Amino acid sequence: MDMALRQTLLALQDEYISTLDTDALELWPEMFVDDCLYEIIPKENEDLGLPAPVIYCDSKAMLRDRVVSLRNANIFQPVVYRHFFSGLSFQVGGDGCIEMWSSYLVINTSQLGQSTVYQTGRYHDVVVQAEGRWRFRSKRVIYDTSRIQTALAIPI
Amino acid sequence: MNPQPSKIASPPPAADGSRVPYGVFTSQAVYDLEQERIFRGPTWSFLGLEAEIKAAGDFKSTFIGDTPVVMTRTEEGRLAAWVNRCAHRGAMVCRQLRGNASSHSCVYHQWRYNLEGDLYGVPFLRGLNGQAGMPADFDRKANGLRKLRVESYAGLVFATFSDTVEPLTDYIGPVMGGYIDRIFHKPVEYLGCTRQFSNSNWKLYLENVKDPYHASLLHLFHTTFNIFRVGMKAHCVTDERHGMHSIIMAIKQDQGETSAAYKDQKIRSFDSGFTLEDESILALVPEYEVLATNHIQPIFPQLVIQQIHNTLVARQLLPKGPNAFELVFHFFGYEDDDAEMRKLRIKQANLVGPAGYISMEDTEATELVQQGVVRDGRLTSIIDMAKDAPEQSDTLITEKLIRSFWAGYAKLMDVDLQTLVEA
Repeated sequence: MDMALRQTLLALQDEYISTLDTDALELWPEMFVDDCLYEIIPKENEDLGLPAPVIYCDSKAMLRDRVVSLRNANIFQPVVYRHFFSGLSFQVGGDGCIEMWSSYLVINTSQLGQSTVYQTGRYHDVVVQAEGRWRFRSKRVIYDTSRIQTALAIPI
Repeated sequence: MNPQPSKIASPPPAADGSRVPYGVFTSQAVYDLEQERIFRGPTWSFLGLEAEIKAAGDFKSTFIGDTPVVMTRTEEGRLAAWVNRCAHRGAMVCRQLRGNASSHSCVYHQWRYNLEGDLYGVPFLRGLNGQAGMPADFDRKANGLRKLRVESYAGLVFATFSDTVEPLTDYIGPVMGGYIDRIFHKPVEYLGCTRQFSNSNWKLYLENVKDPYHASLLHLFHTTFNIFRVGMKAHCVTDERHGMHSIIMAIKQDQGETSAAYKDQKIRSFDSGFTLEDESILALVPEYEVLATNHIQPIFPQLVIQQIHNTLVARQLLPKGPNAFELVFHFFGYEDDDAEMRKLRIKQANLVGPAGYISMEDTEATELVQQGVVRDGRLTSIIDMAKDAPEQSDTLITEKLIRSFWAGYAKLMDVDLQTLVEA
């Protein structure tokens, strides 16, 4: 296994998670290429080959729209996410892209101080080098926790 | 210090539905009575789309109220539904969410049922090697699964425990039927479901989908992005039978009229300076005679039909105890959608559901009510908006659909709610 590449990919996932967990949402779209796919979809649909998503963005512009809306339009309980990920596997694709998979766990803590498992699932990512760094061409968030508690405001 | 009033002076809910004691959202006694008088009473509950169970043997596990049921398609292509509880010792027979099977057997003792719910297999029915089995007079025919009446309307599958409720078409009624036909005028394709769980009472969600008043006040997406909604014509009506089904439509006017109305009314109250980079999310490809951006149609008690722009959903509302409900969003398109249209429907899924731009606040709001009323079951809400203009159906600033719902609810429950919540 290419350990250097593995370290690079681990660092990319760490950066992604850190961006969300520190509420640096404005930096989140910048981790994607312009012509990207970001999708959150229940495993239930994925397994049946059905497309219904919770979030489906097919451009970086749509990711920026989501952030502006969350910051200025939508009303939701303050979210404190802590992401954990494990089980990274990857393979190098033909055009220099890398396809990777990992498991994730998100703990959410309410204003009253209760921490609960908010969601578990699997990331299925395609990353490429673009404009001097690794970026997501596609990030598909395939979640196991099919019953979403109350709402899903902040991306996973 | 102001003492809390122990009695309310308002009329009981049965009168006009404008005062509802908060206890109906928290009381276990009310919840248990609802299971009997509503979900097992003279109502038809939505189970799913025919498009989910197209082939013989296809099945889906779901609920009527909180009773587990299964809907399935028989070998002859008919719809069937039964309570998911083995006649023997009460175990759930079907343990999968969905699948295909030619029969269903309980894992506990392998009692086996056909798709209609008839019992045909009992291991050791006649005993073994001369030892006794079931009593000789045990009648398999009389010991099947609890079968339900099943009917479908325009591809929507409903079931009922009731032997007396009118046929489904009459239950829905011609007015509501017409609006259902608007959406289900050609074969649909099931696109998958998403699920949302809320720590609040199921009736708070029904109030929400009968409440056009909150739309522009709680959901700030349109105003924030300066998306003009002036000139939208509203349409709010209930069914003619019991007033518990309803529809809210926001109908698009032609452009000239819209801008004139905008100029006249100067509705846009602020300019936030925000714009959407990708406005395709709010595209509206004309598909129906009446061009509406929103079609929100609850069919009491378990269904809400939704068309928002070009995204289509049958929402199933499931009570999970007095303090919780689950929503199952069944997304669908039309069988004859082209790839572009299908993609638009998926893209506009961003507007609805638990992460929806114009819906994520709803469960937040219903949970705020659940938390706010916890200790004050005898106090009531105020549901008065547009009460003095009962004939008015072309406004979004109204709570008449909610009043009509509560009046019908009190009748169906056949109990004085104030007395019930005070018990």
